[in-house]
Amino acid sequence: MSADYVLETRNLVKEFKGFTAVDDVNLKVKRGTIHALIGPNGAGKTTVFNLLTKFLTPTTGTILYNGEDITSMKSAAIARKGIVRSFQISAVFPHLTVLENVRIALQRNEGNSFHFWKSEKVLDKLNDRALELLDEVGLRSFANAITVDLPYGSKRALEIATTLALDPEMLLLDEPTQGMGHEDVGVVADLIKKVSANRTILMVEHNLHVVAKLADQITVLQRGAILTEGDYETVSQDPRVREAYMGVEADDEVAQAHAAANAAEKETVE
Amino acid sequence: MKINKLYVFLLALALVAPTVVYPVFLMKVLCFALFACAFNLLLGFVGLLSFGHAAFLGTGGYVTGYLMLQTGISPELGILAGTACAAVLGGIYGKLAVKREGIYFAMVTLALAQLAFFFYLQAPWTGGEDGLQGVPRGKLLGMIDLSDNMTMYYFVLAIFLFGFWMVHRTVHSPFGQILKAIRENEPRAVSLGYNVNDYKWAAFVISAALAGLAGSTKTLVFQLASLTDVHWHMSGEVVLMTLLGGMGTIFGPLVGAGVVVTIQNYMSGGELGNYIHIIMGVIFIVCVLAFRSGIVGEFQKLVKKNFN
Repeated sequence: MSADYVLETRNLVKEFKGFTAVDDVNLKVKRGTIHALIGPNGAGKTTVFNLLTKFLTPTTGTILYNGEDITSMKSAAIARKGIVRSFQISAVFPHLTVLENVRIALQRNEGNSFHFWKSEKVLDKLNDRALELLDEVGLRSFANAITVDLPYGSKRALEIATTLALDPEMLLLDEPTQGMGHEDVGVVADLIKKVSANRTILMVEHNLHVVAKLADQITVLQRGAILTEGDYETVSQDPRVREAYMGVEADDEVAQAHAAANAAEKETVE
Repeated sequence: MKINKLYVFLLALALVAPTVVYPVFLMKVLCFALFACAFNLLLGFVGLLSFGHAAFLGTGGYVTGYLMLQTGISPELGILAGTACAAVLGGIYGKLAVKREGIYFAMVTLALAQLAFFFYLQAPWTGGEDGLQGVPRGKLLGMIDLSDNMTMYYFVLAIFLFGFWMVHRTVHSPFGQILKAIRENEPRAVSLGYNVNDYKWAAFVISAALAGLAGSTKTLVFQLASLTDVHWHMSGEVVLMTLLGGMGTIFGPLVGAGVVVTIQNYMSGGELGNYIHIIMGVIFIVCVLAFRSGIVGEFQKLVKKNFN
């Protein structure tokens, strides 16, 4: 049973001085899927994320990773287990080359990171692997560019390549398309789809077009609790979700705006 | 290729220089250049502004001076001992300092360096205000008499080249890559699984050891270890040299030290002597306001713009 699920939470609760931010959440992330966590502002999405990567400690409940209880592990240990998270703001090394950015992640397993007496040429053997990773995210031709010169979307792509260098089994992406223009959103969405092969991805995402396009499974959170779960069709038809997102009164108006946005999105993507 | 030619040219220049210029002056430049290189390793390549590097320069100087005076060991052992003591002190100070960041890091290093200053002022073996005078240069490996300035110069040049090479190697090593990553984006380096404080500490120790090496050598050159070397003025001066020359560049500290020592030496004797601090201040302000990347940094920009 648990072999089907990479990550599972059981009765996860987080309380902040009387306020329950996460309330009895039972999340099951199936192996090899893209699972989206959505919900209105303040629903507790980021708190769940922080609990899963142990940036916060759960009040009660357990977190299982491949059936193993990881509730008491520290952030770094969880990262080494194979769950690597991204951040909302792009995290790159701006004044190093694109290739060097990826190489720094690859270097961690080399065991030579304290060797100040060796030439950095010993790192050249990592170049092939680094270029492969850059190829995966479409940045191979920029390998020798200085990272700071890249456009925002490419920086996020580079960040994904760097994360992939650690070869995590599971990626937790915190709003990967936040703050991006239409074109970049499309590029990054395609990229997430591509890297999801052989991996499990759990993402928090506000852009519902991206969610519709990528997610196999969606969990909707509201006020810290799971409102509903299912694929995009099921979830988007659910009247409770529409209410949570849009409110009952403005239903028609917002639905129209939504349709218009949908059409505009299609134009830019195609 | 181009850079190799430059190295060969500079080396040739360094070899013939003492026939033209007063060797003691050149040795002074080399000692300060090594000091500034050591400092630049931290500021330019890890992004740590230490305001207490005088403590390591002074420790190297006092330890070597004391041993040469009291035990009569050969100079290479004296220098090794001075360097080792500076490294140990750097290990202790570094452990305390790397827990803090930014201005707090600078303040912690300054406070610790002041501790060292008062220690050398009060300790019974340092000669207080007088310092250690008449330190013998001794015989290198028990054979080569260093009291001749020309011989001493080539010894100092060899030490400088070793230190310079050490910095160069450290910067361009797998370790150096991680240092740059920390300088660029510390949280990201953490999230990739690097324990950044350990890396900062190791860099701090290397830097302290090289500063100690500079101090030990300087004591032999001037046959004197004094409080000037551990005073916080010295910590400030090395910041000036590095910024003026160009922090984060390989040659910047060398150029910066050369300029500062030249100005100090040739101006303090003349009519402008009384204004030396004002002149240095103005240079510093102009440099910080107009030439952020220092002499070497600006020069590199110029070359990049016009020849690439």
